[in-house]
Amino acid sequence: MSKKNSEYLINRKDNQYEVVIGLEVHAQVLSESKLFSTSATKFGAEPNTQVSLVDAAFPGMLPVINEFCVKQAIKTGIGLNAKINKRSVFDRKNYFYADLPQGYQISQFKDPIVGEGKVILDMPDGQKEVGIERLHLEQDAGKSIHDLDPQNTFVDLNRSGVALMEIVSKPDLRSPDEVSAYIKKLRSIMRYLGTCDGNMQEGSLRADVNVSVRAKGSKEFGTRCEIKNVNSIKFMQMAIEYEANRQVDLIEEGKSIDQETRLFDTKKNETRSMRSKEDAHDYRYFPDPDLLPLEVSDEFVNELKNNIPELPDDKKKRFIDEFKLSPYEATILVSDIDTAKYFEEVVAKMGKNKDMKLAVNWITGELFAVLNNKNLEISQSPVSAKNLAILVNLIKNGTISGKIAKTVFELMLDGDKDPQKIVEEKGLKQQSDPKAIEALIDKIINDNREKAIEYKQGKEKLFGFFVGQAMKASGGKANPQLINEILKKKLQ
Amino acid sequence: MSIDLKTIKHISKLSRISVDEKKAEKLAGDLNSIFEFIEKLNELKTDNVGPLTSVAETTLKLRPDEVKSKNIREQIIKNSPQDNEDYFVVPKVIE
Amino acid sequence: MSDITKQSLTELVENIKNKNLSSTDVTKAFIDRSEKSKELNAYVTEDFTSALDKAKKFDQKPNLDLKLPGIPMAVKDLFCTKDVKTTAGSKILNNFVPTYESTVTENIWKEGAILLGKLNCDEFAMGSSNETSFFGNVQNPIDKDLVPGGSSGGSASAVAGQLTPITIGTDTGGSIRQPASFTGTVGLKPTYGSCSRYGIVAFASSLDQAGPMAQNVKDCALLQEVISTYDPKDSTSIDFKRNQYSKELTNNIKGKKIGIPKEYRVDGMPKEIEDLWQKGIQYIKDCGAQTIDISLPHTSYALPTYYIVAPAEASSNLARYDGVKYGFRAEGENLIDMYEKTRSEGFGAEVQRRIMIGTYVLSSGYYDAYYLKAQKVRKLIKNDFDEAYKNVDAILTPSTPSSAFKIGEKTNDPVSMYLNDIFTVPVNLAGLPGISIPAGHDSKGYPLGLQIIGKAFDEQNILNIAFAMEEKINFKNKITDWWIK
Repeated sequence: MSKKNSEYLINRKDNQYEVVIGLEVHAQVLSESKLFSTSATKFGAEPNTQVSLVDAAFPGMLPVINEFCVKQAIKTGIGLNAKINKRSVFDRKNYFYADLPQGYQISQFKDPIVGEGKVILDMPDGQKEVGIERLHLEQDAGKSIHDLDPQNTFVDLNRSGVALMEIVSKPDLRSPDEVSAYIKKLRSIMRYLGTCDGNMQEGSLRADVNVSVRAKGSKEFGTRCEIKNVNSIKFMQMAIEYEANRQVDLIEEGKSIDQETRLFDTKKNETRSMRSKEDAHDYRYFPDPDLLPLEVSDEFVNELKNNIPELPDDKKKRFIDEFKLSPYEATILVSDIDTAKYFEEVVAKMGKNKDMKLAVNWITGELFAVLNNKNLEISQSPVSAKNLAILVNLIKNGTISGKIAKTVFELMLDGDKDPQKIVEEKGLKQQSDPKAIEALIDKIINDNREKAIEYKQGKEKLFGFFVGQAMKASGGKANPQLINEILKKKLQ
Repeated sequence: MSIDLKTIKHISKLSRISVDEKKAEKLAGDLNSIFEFIEKLNELKTDNVGPLTSVAETTLKLRPDEVKSKNIREQIIKNSPQDNEDYFVVPKVIE
Repeated sequence: MSDITKQSLTELVENIKNKNLSSTDVTKAFIDRSEKSKELNAYVTEDFTSALDKAKKFDQKPNLDLKLPGIPMAVKDLFCTKDVKTTAGSKILNNFVPTYESTVTENIWKEGAILLGKLNCDEFAMGSSNETSFFGNVQNPIDKDLVPGGSSGGSASAVAGQLTPITIGTDTGGSIRQPASFTGTVGLKPTYGSCSRYGIVAFASSLDQAGPMAQNVKDCALLQEVISTYDPKDSTSIDFKRNQYSKELTNNIKGKKIGIPKEYRVDGMPKEIEDLWQKGIQYIKDCGAQTIDISLPHTSYALPTYYIVAPAEASSNLARYDGVKYGFRAEGENLIDMYEKTRSEGFGAEVQRRIMIGTYVLSSGYYDAYYLKAQKVRKLIKNDFDEAYKNVDAILTPSTPSSAFKIGEKTNDPVSMYLNDIFTVPVNLAGLPGISIPAGHDSKGYPLGLQIIGKAFDEQNILNIAFAMEEKINFKNKITDWWIK
């Protein structure tokens, strides 16, 4: 395998293969109640405690659609620059499974609520556009638990009926890295919109991955395999890598690829065929006669359009234009809505005379390191945006040095302390009186006369020694700039 | 047209209803006579006709996003053939 | 009072309101007669003890402002009733006790009525003779070994046999009107969307509608007034202005235009039926209304359309009966084996047949040829009615192509059984209201019905026409109580 100019290709002897990937992302809609019933959607509840008669498909129970879920789907469609279909239809997808109480899933087949759209990815070698085929609303199934009992499977219907958005991409992705960027971008957009929390650990975001390979330069698509229900970006990447190589090996051996559904085994790090899904492949879709076509008016859509918050792409552009950030810095800061919020709060709290660069460095440097170490989200940051802004201002106006700031920051971590107070209490204020520094430097030169002579004779790296001594003598508080200036003058 | 035993077995599989040979033959006979009379529809040209899925001439009403159904696990599980008070229990599923 | 069970609902309500009768008197009388009528096999579940308790409770503090004050009533076993077993006539729900109430029955109890028990019906309402019920066939009170029609056969038998003063059935392709016709009773299938489907075991969602079955038109109108409500729990329920059907009932139909569709004169239709229809036309004229010959050109395509649409929806609606959450389960080696055995043992032959038809017409490669085609023809059938209603206010047809037949006569010939619904099915496909009223007898003395079909939401109009005709027809049902020893 080689990566030339970031192109992802699989190499065999004389042949190079390109990988073609399309994703069907299942994103759980953020809502209080389910798509067609009034039971709760909270994660982690006791088994079967969030199940209504409708969710468990009792005789005579009927679906009634949740308006908020419809709005969430449309908002997501707007975020994906997609066509909103004013008329959409709910269909039944028929199959039997223990955690599918109705014996069918209510989904949208022919007429989805959202049509074609696009997403822009920021890749290291530039931007890449990924087409969205469609987005539709559907019900989630329950959960089958196979490992609690040797003879039996246990069924929990808490998830049954929770609203999902299935977002289908065009087969535009070409590498595991692009898949990662695509998922992160979708998640970012949905989190900005508040339509999906994007929590992959809790299963709020998962994907079916369609993989095929073809000779480099070929225009035809190869036979694809669908890897079902992969729930982390890392596993998606591993699955694609394994699957693409498996397919290439088959082609190289002159064998054909079966179009099939496969499962990614996270323990063995391989994909394998899911035979159980094969024989029940005729889903017999037809319009759900318990529901009527869903029609939304222009006003309904426009109202949502007018209330769409600033999305990552726009925010990034604004950060570059308004705050003069580099595209790289802006990308990092907008990728997650909470990071962007934090940054914007820091900017606001810094007031008029602000140092944007310094603020960015502190957020992406010290703060990210701490969050990473403590495994915290930025929304749980031990240092508030307000106090970080104060700290940056203290550096900017020369009250403390960057080095002292690091000490102050450490102290701030314990209970989000006000850096101003820390500086005062600990007497960390920078020594900026030239006379005092001059006296201090005179003493050092006096104590180290030989070295001063050596310096003057050309041993320039001794300058650092004098700076260090001066700093040490001031307890680290002397203004480094002043030290530099005065030292230079005195050692001439 | 004629529905053969293979087709009967295929749709019985999709329907999750077991059929033995005898039942399959009986069903094939019944279905063929029923479809013979259904084929009458082929007399009609319907290329320019839109399908009618519901006679209710209204559009879908939307309900507010409110949690109304509380924890009714006892009710939900009460009628089940097999459960363990927390879960429905079914014979092992082989993936 | 020995003649309590002979009284109409309207009379009983009046007598209870005037305190001539107590709810207990009435309830006891219907229980007694029901006890003596076991041979009809009209009940699947009796709830007599509880009914008497409720009647006594009602009498202690009677609320006489209600529309059905203390009136006992048995209902088709397709309506889910809280804490009372609901089987849909199937083994697969043999032990199912709902923890909830259907909207239609809830409406009835709210108006003071008392549940007597659950009435037999064809399994999942799939049948035209009540012979597909897991709980055995039902006898028609008209004659021994005669089917009462179906699927609301138990309901029809119970009303005709005076086991309940009134009842409710469901009608997907004629399941209220055909048994009403076979038993000399009145049955109304309301407009689709008039009565909530919430809590009714589903057969074919786009066709199912609950409706009243009664001894006369006025009783029917009163019950329709109670059961028809807009229900947000049913997405296909329609919010329209509902009449006070019984209060607004009038026999004045002067000037009304009634269509007579020529396509209902089908091949092989007995002369008795044709004669009955002609008599009906005469009654219409006698009432001061006018009849107009009309055409519903796609009538003969209705039945084939129905036998695609209804089984398709049923095959999906019945997928929930899988032995997991409720109902019957057969043991199996693994999940799939359990499913296949449960559904094979739990469903009867007719239900299995229809699930198979439905699965087939929806399956890949056949959807367009059958299901989509049927939906298009359904549109044509509805267009026929829309066109006709530009010129007429209602349509008069026979209810059925024959009178009641013998038990076992058609069980081995599904197609000839299906042909029974030839006049009723188009009404369901178009979502219109239709009422069957008894209009005469055939040579064997079996009742025959006429059907009046209305415009959507125009129940009041067809009730009025039926009311006016009823007066002219002056039908007397010949019930000999042959089953009471």
